[in-house]
Amino acid sequence: MTEFPVLTPALPEIFMALSAITLLMLGVFRGDGDTRLISYLTVGVEVVAAVLVLTGSGVREVTFSNLFVMDSFGAFMKVLVLMGSALSVLVSINYIEREQMKRIEFPVLMLLATLGMMMMVSANDLISLYVGLELQSLALYVLAAFRRDHAKSSEAGLKYFVLGALSSGMLLYGASLVYGFAGTTNFSVLADLFAGHGQQAGHTSIGLIAGLTFVAAGLAFKISAVPFHMWTPDVYEGAPTPVTAFFAVAPKVAAIALFVRLLIEPFGSMVDQWRQIIYFTALASMVLGSFAAIGQTNIKRLMAYSSIGHIGFALVGLAAGTELGVRGVMFYMAIYIFMNIGTFGIILCMRQNGRMVEEITDLAGLSKTHPMLALAMLIFMFSMAGIPPAAGFFAKLFVFQAAIQAHLYSLAILGVLASVVGAFYYLRIIKVMYFDEPVEPLDRNISGEMTLVIAGTSLFTLLFFFFPSPLLNGAAAAAASLFAG
Amino acid sequence: MIVQSLAFYLFAAILVASAVMVIAARNPVHSVLFLILAFFNAAGLFVLIGAEFVAMILVIVYVGAVAVLFLFVVMMLDINFRELRSGALQYLPVGITVGLVLLVELALVLGTWVIVPDLAAVSGAPTPAPDQINNTHALGLLIYTHYAYLFQAAGLILLIAMIGAIVLTLRSREGVRRQNISAQVSRRRDQVVAIRKVPTRGGV
Repeated sequence: MTEFPVLTPALPEIFMALSAITLLMLGVFRGDGDTRLISYLTVGVEVVAAVLVLTGSGVREVTFSNLFVMDSFGAFMKVLVLMGSALSVLVSINYIEREQMKRIEFPVLMLLATLGMMMMVSANDLISLYVGLELQSLALYVLAAFRRDHAKSSEAGLKYFVLGALSSGMLLYGASLVYGFAGTTNFSVLADLFAGHGQQAGHTSIGLIAGLTFVAAGLAFKISAVPFHMWTPDVYEGAPTPVTAFFAVAPKVAAIALFVRLLIEPFGSMVDQWRQIIYFTALASMVLGSFAAIGQTNIKRLMAYSSIGHIGFALVGLAAGTELGVRGVMFYMAIYIFMNIGTFGIILCMRQNGRMVEEITDLAGLSKTHPMLALAMLIFMFSMAGIPPAAGFFAKLFVFQAAIQAHLYSLAILGVLASVVGAFYYLRIIKVMYFDEPVEPLDRNISGEMTLVIAGTSLFTLLFFFFPSPLLNGAAAAAASLFAG
Repeated sequence: MIVQSLAFYLFAAILVASAVMVIAARNPVHSVLFLILAFFNAAGLFVLIGAEFVAMILVIVYVGAVAVLFLFVVMMLDINFRELRSGALQYLPVGITVGLVLLVELALVLGTWVIVPDLAAVSGAPTPAPDQINNTHALGLLIYTHYAYLFQAAGLILLIAMIGAIVLTLRSREGVRRQNISAQVSRRRDQVVAIRKVPTRGGV
């Protein structure tokens, strides 16, 4: 008989699962009027979970018959996911009250989706990878369609669901091919197996490479990397804005973490095989993210293309396949979360006479009507464009540095060129805000939580270069733990 | 042995034939009925290879739930299937091409298939001999011990599916008369029954 599994490595997840169920019961008995309370409790649960993650031992532990792994790479990524999720819940509170979406299931579904992401980050087996991914995706499909009376939101939910199911199918097909070759789905065993046999001729069979490609395609969909990005602009535009903010940060971080773990741990010895895939996806994402965003007039669509581009830049670090590269990816995702949540906070403030507006031209003259908001947006746009001294510059610097060290010169050069093109549309927003005449001013009442989130994230983005070492050291230690195992 | 082979060919032939009929039948209700026939024959194939648990699950879940659900959908929704099908032929060339490409790819993959040498040593949960333990018992031993984590996670996924279905479809309509059991039970006789004196030949 198997003995009872050690629960301590999975303590944050267990705590979140139990709290989600408790909050659901609480909400069902108290009714939709208490959504605000449930939202605050959700944020509280995520903060406690983050504390639990941080107080973990920090050494690599596996539990549940090797299905679950907890190491400092996982801890770093989980804290990022929890931070992104908690901030998204905070910015959503007033929105869902205003837009008649006040239902207690909203924060609970966000919490359950976050739980799925935590399980993805900690997956140590192809099956737990898939189960975590589905837990996350299923909650996200519902969140995208949450505004069921709006045609666009329903369309976003349906589109995301159909394409998501297709990508899950590809992922499972790939996983079955890998299982067919190796006879196991466990990451640690796969790593030993490929390290032992992968280099000898004849053992890296086409079947295995086909499996790896399918799994990578499935995951590329989840992080919306080109060529699996088609759903992103429509879903981002159609979904309610706080949900879009959530989509743009938390699931991306979790899926990137999963991608990195999968490629570095079990498939680490097959780096020559998967580097071409990541190289192409990174390059295509950077280029498409930069060029397709130029023509956008809707700011949510623009952010969708911007996120595709950012994923491309983060993947440059992964393409390097080195410890430095992984450090770059983690660092990039950390900065990315802050920039994105802040920008979406500002988008959530875009209201005229109590009605949400989403066009870039609606920002015209923001510097005259809301100078502080315009200043915050300026910081985020500079950071996203990668202009020093904003944090986004350092994020790009580290991934390109890793690419150079791995001798991927062409990728680094093309990436820098793509970021120059991308700078155009970020700077255009600044131009609209500062140099165009205001047409109709945005509403003034901005809630306390929103002010806090925007101020916090913009200060972080602006002042990051004064104290970069905690984040950098954390990322470095986490990347080292991935390569040690 | 010969009985088994005969049974295999019988099940397989009916399975393929009914699968073709699912997409070829004109009447959508017939399609669903053929689908049920296909499920039963697939279950028969599973029994033949000694996977009785999967066979029973197939019958219970697919025939009992999924096919009946399809039947409901077909009967309740007013979809003009003939119109839907009218363009099907023009997709045939594309469909065949995609199918052929997939077939060639599969052949390429399978043709060069190399099973890893020390397979038995690495596999996580080796299959026990079927004569020592039955399917259900063996699965139970694994699911509730080795894979308890996944079992719990699957439970959470189903919970989300339930919440999602409620969120997306439940709406409170005006003017719907619902049962209010406590009000119904607490009614007293004098509130609802009135005794009238009926005069002779007068009527009420």
